[in-house]
Amino acid sequence: MTKYTKIILAGLFSSTMLVAPALASNVHPVTGEALAHDQTFTYRMLDEASSFDPQIVEDVDGSAIVRDLFEGLMNEDEDGNLVAGVATGYTTNEAKTVYTFTLRPDAKWSNGDTVTAGDFVYAWRRAVDPETASPYAWYMELMSLENAGDIVAGNAAADTLGVSAINDTTLEVRLTAALPYFAQMTTHATTFPSPQNVVEEFGSEWTRPENIVGNGAYKLAEHLPGERSVRVRNDMYWNNDETILDTVVALVINDENTALTRYLSGELDRTDIPAGQYPRLVKEYPEEALSFPRLCNYYYTFNLSDSGPEAFKDVRVRRALSLAVDRKIITENILAGGQPQAFTFTPEATAGFTVPEVEMASMSQAERDAAAKELLAEAGYGADNPLELNLIYNTSEAHKKIAVAVTQMWKQKLGVKATLGNMEWKTFLNERGQQNFELARGAWCGDYNEASTFLDLMMSKSGYNDGKFNNARLDELMAMAKTADDTTPIYTEVEQIIASEVPIIPVYHYAGVYMMDTDLANWPVSNVQQNWYSRNLYKLAE
Amino acid sequence: MKPSEKMNDLADVITDTTVIQGRSLWRDARLRFFRNKAAVTSVFTLLAVILFILIGPQFAVWSNEEIDWAIMADIAGSGMPTVENGHYFGVDSLGRDLFSRTIQATRTSLLVGVIGAAVALVIGTLYGTVSGFAGGWVDNAMMRSVDILIAIPATLIIILLMVMFERSFFMLFVGIGIVSWLSMSRIVRGQTLTLKNREFVEAARAAGVGPFTIITRHIIPNLLGIVVVYASLLVPEMILTESFISFLGLGVQEPNTSLGALISEGAGTISYGTLWQLMYPLFFFIITIVSMFFIGDGLRDALDPKDR
Amino acid sequence: MLNYSIRRVLSAIPTLLVLVIASFLMIKAAPGGPFTSERPLPPQVLANIEARYGLDQPEWKQLWDYVTGILFNFDFGPSFKFKDRDVNDIIAQGFPVTLTYGTLSFLVASTVGIALGVAAAIRHNTWLDYLAVGISFAAQALPNFVMAPLLVLIFTYKLGWLPGGGWYGGQWQYLILPVAALSTSYMATIARITRSSMLEVLHSNYIRTAAAKGLPARSIIWRHAFKPAMMPVVSYLGPVFVYMITGSVFVDIYFSTGGLGRAYVNSALSRDYAVLLGVTVLYGVLTIAFNLITDLIYGWLDPKIRY
Repeated sequence: MTKYTKIILAGLFSSTMLVAPALASNVHPVTGEALAHDQTFTYRMLDEASSFDPQIVEDVDGSAIVRDLFEGLMNEDEDGNLVAGVATGYTTNEAKTVYTFTLRPDAKWSNGDTVTAGDFVYAWRRAVDPETASPYAWYMELMSLENAGDIVAGNAAADTLGVSAINDTTLEVRLTAALPYFAQMTTHATTFPSPQNVVEEFGSEWTRPENIVGNGAYKLAEHLPGERSVRVRNDMYWNNDETILDTVVALVINDENTALTRYLSGELDRTDIPAGQYPRLVKEYPEEALSFPRLCNYYYTFNLSDSGPEAFKDVRVRRALSLAVDRKIITENILAGGQPQAFTFTPEATAGFTVPEVEMASMSQAERDAAAKELLAEAGYGADNPLELNLIYNTSEAHKKIAVAVTQMWKQKLGVKATLGNMEWKTFLNERGQQNFELARGAWCGDYNEASTFLDLMMSKSGYNDGKFNNARLDELMAMAKTADDTTPIYTEVEQIIASEVPIIPVYHYAGVYMMDTDLANWPVSNVQQNWYSRNLYKLAE
Repeated sequence: MKPSEKMNDLADVITDTTVIQGRSLWRDARLRFFRNKAAVTSVFTLLAVILFILIGPQFAVWSNEEIDWAIMADIAGSGMPTVENGHYFGVDSLGRDLFSRTIQATRTSLLVGVIGAAVALVIGTLYGTVSGFAGGWVDNAMMRSVDILIAIPATLIIILLMVMFERSFFMLFVGIGIVSWLSMSRIVRGQTLTLKNREFVEAARAAGVGPFTIITRHIIPNLLGIVVVYASLLVPEMILTESFISFLGLGVQEPNTSLGALISEGAGTISYGTLWQLMYPLFFFIITIVSMFFIGDGLRDALDPKDR
Repeated sequence: MLNYSIRRVLSAIPTLLVLVIASFLMIKAAPGGPFTSERPLPPQVLANIEARYGLDQPEWKQLWDYVTGILFNFDFGPSFKFKDRDVNDIIAQGFPVTLTYGTLSFLVASTVGIALGVAAAIRHNTWLDYLAVGISFAAQALPNFVMAPLLVLIFTYKLGWLPGGGWYGGQWQYLILPVAALSTSYMATIARITRSSMLEVLHSNYIRTAAAKGLPARSIIWRHAFKPAMMPVVSYLGPVFVYMITGSVFVDIYFSTGGLGRAYVNSALSRDYAVLLGVTVLYGVLTIAFNLITDLIYGWLDPKIRY
């Protein structure tokens, strides 16, 4: 525990205090810890990044790299709080529909040019321009920027977007709706600036190491797709003096077991722990095995549409199936990485979310099993008329294990005839998206740290509501939440609707389960979205 | 297809050349096969494996899908092979009995091998004989299509088949068979070309026998030797192909499994102190494949009429 | 021979064309598209992306543009998944990697395999023979996905002698494990084929005659037996070479080499049509080329063959 405290303290200091230019000595300027001579951080990436272009990138690992190479208006600190980025601050009008950001005048591109408000205007227009075909164009619509929807649809020109440069250091943003958390949304890669002259000169090749120009704390030095990418300190970065890590190396290692072996051989400073291995590793390497909550949930969704099975239209059946899932076995025996059991859709770690009282959570598993049997019998299923169902999941060792265990629980406790359907990723998405299933695996990671990022999924009109759950009261509540001052009673009621209607079976909430070298300091364990910045990390002397 | 390879020894060759009294091809072949020690040992090994699959389940305490909830929390510690709790081969990473799973997996893999080879054999033989027998532009067109199909990487075909159709044993057999009939058809065509100009075929044709009857009555029976040889060599290859599919996660549906899938899981956990999860399936995989190889080689030496 | 070669090369063109069309139709028939994702894209955003990659065109038009792009500009189009790169880039980056470790593996597998096979055949029915046969069967049956993690476990984790992955421009220490993992099973097959073919030749009448005439064993083996014994080996090596240089998905996954093998499998799984077709075409060209080369080597080994 002492270690965590130390890390968090260090984080607080480095992000809240103004620090004098780094000392030549190898000592952390704030905490006084001895620093390693070689400030290189090497970590494992599951797969190659989709892109290094801020407006194009769509994967989590790629976004982490883009956060190093570029810097947006605002940043997050180690706890996920908003701190200044290129913008030193912002003001809003009364209605929260106009935001005015003040940019720091000393922010520079890696080629020495000044970062201006115009660079943001260019980048944001680029994100919505149909020509760019950004897969995250919808994010700009989510930000409620004026005309964003029309531009994406091709009905308005890109320059009609509600963003303009008043002068080089003042950026004005006009929204179509009041958005209290707008500034928070500018930490996302899609909103980062891009260098117009470079993009125009090199086209789609502008993110190559030899062409790329960024305004982040690091520059892309090398990129060998499928193998590794190397980023090095950017001397032009306005806050370069506080950057401690000199080099960050991302190795693409697909196989998590091989990655762990390579970590243990000393080739990596950070890797993910495969499901089930955490207890063993924490015993052997108590300092290095870490687990902390993350902003993601894991659930099974019932197909409630017309194409779904008749049995699932009966809430007693859905309830029985949910009750019979022994979540403790899944979190403690299968995943075993400190994941919390889930009885609500929204993870407990979500900011400002109070976990509501749900009946199931307070029962013992034996009570749940008994209730499940009773409910299923009431619904007319028993030994002579067993419930049959098929559960689909996509190819992955962990999904497979959980699905096998869950179907075994149903079989043994309730006599349900459950079959499994493993599908390759794209096929799975296709089948699930077309309601061509009975029961399907689902998971969601929050786009932002607020309960609506999860609960919106349950709205009847949500594009991600694959089970086609339709509850008028829930829709109404979620609409109210958008403008409500106190959302807690609303979200509590929504969770209670979900608990009583059981459109989904919540299984567990994610944890980040890492092996992390003890030399690596200041990893943001309390940033539940795991938005990390290399410039906040440093290596301690051994 | 693999070119000629032989496992017989010198003694065979010498005895072959000294034999003069008339013997049927098949009787001759049988004698030659039984003189091949490696092949005979392999037949017995394979029979032992099959016996194990058949009577093994009688001794199993657990089914292949039941999870032993009591030990799933600590598999590295208490999941190892032991007679006491009925897990003779230990348990897999979920706490399921590896004994039952290995039996079921071996059965799947053998079936994949045999049925896959059978699919390849049927398609390949029909295609090859028709092409060879028809000759002319039909032959040209049919063989050109084979050339094209061979140039499409098998990986692509397998992945697409597994992706496009619902995952099932049937699709697995078809998928694996489909990528391997091509070389079979080439070999068969070559043989057909030589056979169709032989006297007995000419005679049949002169007697007014239709082409279909000639193919089924005269050509195919005479092809059987070489076809059987190649089919027997295809069986282990099918099993290896299935293990590749399992590695990609596109194999048979849980709770069923195959040797390839078990080995792939076991290999992933190689350093986590649960080595039995790799060793038992790997053992059955290797002895099955190695005996198949030896049997295939033995059959070829016995049946391949070349040089004899 | 030159005429023959030219004829073969010309006949490859329609073959490749059909190959492209067949692959195109197959991948299009697979469920899901390149832009199907966990969070489905809003229709308007999806439409923009599809327009950008020409996927809004009718399929025959897509195919036509694709084929003409290859023929006239040697351009295989952009990757749908790695949006900063096009197929030419992906091949230009991944192919040298697989070509390097594939060629090395091929050299190792064929030299060691042939040597082992010849030795086993010469020392027929001795312990050396049994050992060679035993090892080669077992090695052939041992799947690559056991071999690769095992090598990393031993040489990286336990002994700490070699890095567990990466490519670093193909420096020797990064090459050893991939080459070892890839060459083993082929080496085994090559040894097996060489051994049986060599045995067959050694038992043939002309070699017996030579032996009866009292020629020294060494000269019989190398002068008279080796070349004909290599015929079946060569016909096996042709396709194996193509297979090896186009990369192994196992090697790329376990050793993070950034090669084409994994890129290929991934392109099929992520429906990255352009990459998939590009690599398929490369694969087809190489297959056709090496079939031709194999046939030419055949002619050299056996002068009786006429083209």
